[in-house]
Amino acid sequence: MIMMSNRQWLATGAGLILLLLMPLILPNFWLANILGRAMVYGIVALSLTFLAQYGGFVSLAQTMLAGVAGYAVAMMAPTAIPLGPLAMPYAFAIPLAVLAATLAGALVGLIAVNTREIYLLMITLALAVGFSLFAQSNIQWFRGYEGIRNIVGPEVFGRPFRTQIVFYYVALTTAFLLYLLVLYVVRTPFGLALQAIRDSARRTAAIGFSVALHRIAAFALAGFIAGCGGVLITFYNIGITPSSIGLWPTVTVLVMAVIGGLGHPLGAFIGALIFAVMDTFASSIIGHDRFNTLIGLVFLAIVLLSPDGIWGMGQRVSKLLRGKRTGTAAGGH
Amino acid sequence: MLALSRQQDSQSRRSREDPEAAAMHGEERLSLQFFLTVTLNGLTLAALYFIVASGFSLIFGLMRTVNMAHGALYMLGAYVGFAVFDLFYGSNTWGDYAWLIAIAAGIAATALAGVIMQVVFLGWMQGQELRQALVTIGLSIIIADQLLANFGGNPFQFFAPDMLFGPVQAPFIGRYPIFRLFQVGLAVSVGVGLWLLLNKTRLGIMVRAGVDDRQMLAACGINVPLVAVTVFALGAGLAGLGGVIGATAQPMALGVDARFLLISLVVVIVGGMGSIGGTALGAILIGLAEQWGQVLFPTYSVILTFVIMAAVLAVRPQGLMGRKPV
Repeated sequence: MIMMSNRQWLATGAGLILLLLMPLILPNFWLANILGRAMVYGIVALSLTFLAQYGGFVSLAQTMLAGVAGYAVAMMAPTAIPLGPLAMPYAFAIPLAVLAATLAGALVGLIAVNTREIYLLMITLALAVGFSLFAQSNIQWFRGYEGIRNIVGPEVFGRPFRTQIVFYYVALTTAFLLYLLVLYVVRTPFGLALQAIRDSARRTAAIGFSVALHRIAAFALAGFIAGCGGVLITFYNIGITPSSIGLWPTVTVLVMAVIGGLGHPLGAFIGALIFAVMDTFASSIIGHDRFNTLIGLVFLAIVLLSPDGIWGMGQRVSKLLRGKRTGTAAGGH
Repeated sequence: MLALSRQQDSQSRRSREDPEAAAMHGEERLSLQFFLTVTLNGLTLAALYFIVASGFSLIFGLMRTVNMAHGALYMLGAYVGFAVFDLFYGSNTWGDYAWLIAIAAGIAATALAGVIMQVVFLGWMQGQELRQALVTIGLSIIIADQLLANFGGNPFQFFAPDMLFGPVQAPFIGRYPIFRLFQVGLAVSVGVGLWLLLNKTRLGIMVRAGVDDRQMLAACGINVPLVAVTVFALGAGLAGLGGVIGATAQPMALGVDARFLLISLVVVIVGGMGSIGGTALGAILIGLAEQWGQVLFPTYSVILTFVIMAAVLAVRPQGLMGRKPV
């Protein structure tokens, strides 16, 4: 059961219909390179938001987990260049890749199980950068610096995956389902126990919950979500390289999630959309070479001024407006 | 840009591996000589890691601030140092001292950057560890990009002064670069200096008291923010020193910020946060693991570092010499 008020359901439905109708309004470039891209990267950011908001873990391993799925699907893809020894149809490769990311997520959870907050941030960052360095130095499986190319994805209803409209709808469906999944999971007994552990691990342990198992399971679920995003990102980029999962892409996902707001799953997609729009159009304002400085400044401003991101800013503004309305209403009586 | 810097990074790694490669494929491959050479390579690498990571650890120890910009500061020190070095190297009167001036400039630039970071951004959000980490991530993005904008992406290398240049005859090993031995000596002096500073000076007493109880220290009339700024400048300055030293030992290119941030993180996670001895132990372990890993199983050597980290976390989450968090 997903706990949403009627108004929230209505808003969700309206948002979904609007996004479904987008292909009628927007040119193909916007569909795939802005909205579609925001969705697939937003999925990875969503896995971070889920961990941060409901588990209290700000993990920097999410890009790495997406990379695990991306590399797994690339190694097993039938179209890969160079073709790996494990080549198989996409119908098997995609679920196996997501499974690999889920298991990797559990492994990250296991490694970091005893750590919290800032230590967790450090350990997950170290794991993430280490994985990308490993992928870069390993030729046999990861193809070293070159990575694996031509991962074009399966055909959907007889049309190539990378047709803009196909990619858009697949990304939208996946993102929406995973968004609902997160909203659902956090109301299940598992999700509630997870939030209890976030608030007080000792007390939750005292009433008989296994803190370690819940944490590992949360990381596995986050690995599953990030893995779905990782597979789609690999199709979007037509392949995967070590530099696509290095320090900067790792930080990028954090930047997206924080700009959007870690307080709500929707924040991940808002942040990813802002990032995609800025990445695309900043070049015409400041020149693309200095994009990093711009995004760094925006990120810094958000962290300094509104640590709960755009979502939190919106919440406060709407509360302020609502407060004013009830205030005037009360004054009128 | 990113791809290019990564390539350069991997090139610089390859060139660093050269001594081992020479040792492996050389005609006179004596087992003792080989063993000692690889071990000494590990220790000299550990020396550089210690210099950089001790600054990271120092800042974390007192302020619980995880300075994610430490790698960017390392790079800042190297670039500013090189700009100054370039200026003096050609001059007749100053040419001999160019390298020393570069070190001073690198330290000064990063220490100043550290002071600005602490005063403008981090000081007033003391206690919000995660937010501080995020702020330093934002700063590191900006610093790295501005360095690229101002200095370009070409790799460069310092020339060590004649005294520290060229090989020296070492017992059992044969010819060995003298600069690498100097690196070890410098790391030892930094370690001893930090130990003396923390254990024998008034500032050290204040720092150690601050680690245990900041509020009580403030109540004793100590200007805690000033102590914090001093420590931050010192820690950042060590990153700058490491930057110049590192760029003398091996060519410097963009992308090293990620590598040295990673090294700092792993070293203090393994050794224990905020402990000088722990940082030294962690640096030695990681340096040796990296060098021996490259010799024993070249393509998987990175994993060894992380196996060590995971093993330490499983057995002692606070690090080998860290105190249990209260």
